[in-house]
Amino acid sequence: MLSGADILIRSLQEENVEHVFGYPGGAVLHIYDALFKQNRINHFLVRHEQAATHMADGYARATGRAGCVLVTSGPGATNAITGIATAYMDSIPMVVISGQVQSHLIGTDSFQETDMIGISRPIVKHSFMIKAATEIPSAVKKAFYIATSGRPGPVVIDIPKDITNPSDLVPYEYPKDLKMRSYMPATKGHSGQIKKAVNMIMAAQRPMIYAGGGVIQGNGCEKLVELTRTLGFPITNTLMGLGAYPGTDKQFLGMLGMHGTLEANNAMHHCDLLLAIGARFDDRITNTVSKFCPQAKIIHVDVDPASISKTVIADVPIVGPVEWVLSEMIDIVGQVIDQRARGHAEMLASWWEQIEVWRSQNCLEVKTDTTGAIIKPQQVIQALYKFTKGDAVVTSDVGQHQMFAALYYPFDKPRKWINSGGLGTMGFGLPSAMGVQIAFPEEQVVCVTGEGSIQMNIQELSTCAQYGLPIKIINLNNRALGMVKQWQDMQYEGRHSHSYMESLPNFVALVEAYGHVGKQVTNIDELDSAMEEALAIKDKLVFLDVLVDPEEHVYPMHVAPDGSMRDMWLSKGVRT
Amino acid sequence: MRRIISVLLENESGALSRVIGLFAQRGYNIETLTVAPTDDDTLSRLTLTTIASDEQSEQIIKQLNKLIEVVRLVDLTDGEYVERELMLIKVKATGSQRAEVKRTSDIFRGQIVDVSAANYTIQLTGTSRKLDAFVNAISEFTVTEVVRSGVSGLSRGEKALAL
Ligand SMILES: Cc1ncc(C[n+]2csc(CCOP(=O)(O)OP(=O)(O)O)c2C)c(N)n1
Ligand SMILES: [Mg+2]
Repeated sequence: MLSGADILIRSLQEENVEHVFGYPGGAVLHIYDALFKQNRINHFLVRHEQAATHMADGYARATGRAGCVLVTSGPGATNAITGIATAYMDSIPMVVISGQVQSHLIGTDSFQETDMIGISRPIVKHSFMIKAATEIPSAVKKAFYIATSGRPGPVVIDIPKDITNPSDLVPYEYPKDLKMRSYMPATKGHSGQIKKAVNMIMAAQRPMIYAGGGVIQGNGCEKLVELTRTLGFPITNTLMGLGAYPGTDKQFLGMLGMHGTLEANNAMHHCDLLLAIGARFDDRITNTVSKFCPQAKIIHVDVDPASISKTVIADVPIVGPVEWVLSEMIDIVGQVIDQRARGHAEMLASWWEQIEVWRSQNCLEVKTDTTGAIIKPQQVIQALYKFTKGDAVVTSDVGQHQMFAALYYPFDKPRKWINSGGLGTMGFGLPSAMGVQIAFPEEQVVCVTGEGSIQMNIQELSTCAQYGLPIKIINLNNRALGMVKQWQDMQYEGRHSHSYMESLPNFVALVEAYGHVGKQVTNIDELDSAMEEALAIKDKLVFLDVLVDPEEHVYPMHVAPDGSMRDMWLSKGVRT
Repeated sequence: MRRIISVLLENESGALSRVIGLFAQRGYNIETLTVAPTDDDTLSRLTLTTIASDEQSEQIIKQLNKLIEVVRLVDLTDGEYVERELMLIKVKATGSQRAEVKRTSDIFRGQIVDVSAANYTIQLTGTSRKLDAFVNAISEFTVTEVVRSGVSGLSRGEKALAL
């Protein structure tokens, strides 16, 4: 016989939860007491519940396992919402346990009551309202299964306080297996469809592979590399998919989409066959949908049927886990590749010739400052790449700095690039880096941020101090909400309505106040040495406040509205 | 096109709100909605009608299927089906109108289920179009109240939405 609180903790242990990220409050005090009395699960105390969700999220993205969050009712629960939505948009497995007021008080507007199930409903994969302590084990088991299987996502478990009461003991048994008649995610793809797809792949003259975050979530990266190399096709990754295919490989054309490379976007536009894998044709990819890939037949592989033909109609839809489908494709391709139509190699070669012409335009070339003093934000990322040898786990916030990191730090491995692509949540960078560092204490974890974004969760510097997390924070300080300002430059004749960051703190003094190391870099001459030194400090959090050119824009950039994928701005006033 | 989507749903609290929330969240419209438990008390059956293009209805069905509590569903309008809706309608009927209202009701095979000095309450079942036609026909009299159940339906023949 156990109390509901003990049952919850035991159930989490059954699910091999190592870490819980959370913040206490009235409705979860019984649960916190149960946590106190055990030592298998670590708890990390944040300074704001939003950060707890992003930490769990970073942990999940880096490890592939579900992150676990514990918050109290009312404001604790509502503070978690942004992080739940962030995880939902990027299909990240997460289980969020929220306290609720006592059962008999529900619906009476009692102290710290909020309808968490209702508020979170549109941004969760599923949720459970617990009505009796005996329901906890099966709810926890289902929650972790749902969060991590199929297309992953966050699951909320809302538990009224009385149900965790230490004096109400009920029998405890953790279910061994789990039956859900209404939830059966696809475990295989349709072989007929896969054969059909391979036939089209073998006949394509200008093929293109477009792979997204689903390949990483679905652990299909090795298979993706194998298939792509076997076929010799060009490949691009989405912002969420960076690292799914090695960023430094010849066949990789860089990221695609709104800020994609000239070669990736052009190859997309001109291809006659598009193999889309674990990607969802987001509006930041397609530009004007009616002008998207005008000549292409589209094969779309995704574990979520609802992602297929949602915005762009697929000619060959394949529902199934990417890893499984890719393995099957590799098998079939292996059987037929030698019988490829004569002349096919030449066709592919001329397609590559065309691509090399685009690539030779070197769209990411950095125009360095002629006076030789001003630091371009791209140079900071290049220095970071150089001194981490391209092997750090990089998290980012949202804005220009995020795009610079995505474009100038090629990732050769999956789960090394952690960013909020779907929701675009400023404030994600630092707490997600904390989650990664906790998962991998030995890894070099770097947060690339902006002076706007970092201030959305800067309180977590305190949490970093408490747990000794030696994250490196690279602040691309352009004294502006740069991405907003860029749009105002381009679309509002430079009227910078509220996009300046006035009264910035002295970041160095601020991080030092938290007990960390801070350094400001203002001149290009100091950049390399400052970067090298910062990264060499292994046991401390270092905050590098780099004053970068405030006038810099991110290019390429899709021409919008009404542009196609190949319509891009390449630099200020210069377009394709 | 008008669609009739019939859904077997886990009979759990909160399940219905997920279905309705989905429609609101994704901007799909609901014309009618009915829901009640079935012979199996772990399930409820929900029938809704919506106006949607082919692509939209494909998305609606896929999104509904993604809801964990949706066990199985069918778009009845994909095949042959029977549909029924129930309507109760209260009409002012005094003097010579009483006979006329009764006659109109008889033509539509309505039943008068309540009578007062100045009113008839008529019950009518049929397809939504038939009910619309009746509302139209009766509108020359004074209608005080209309309540409709929303559409229920089943596939014709052997096909069945069951576990
Ligand atoms: C929470 C949140 N609020 C607003 C936005 C809109 N937004 C996108 S980028 C951006 C500017 C970010 O500024 P900063 O962090 O300094 O990055 P920069 O673009 O200057 O590199 C804003 C306000 C957002 N993405 N997230
Ligand atoms: Mg900025």
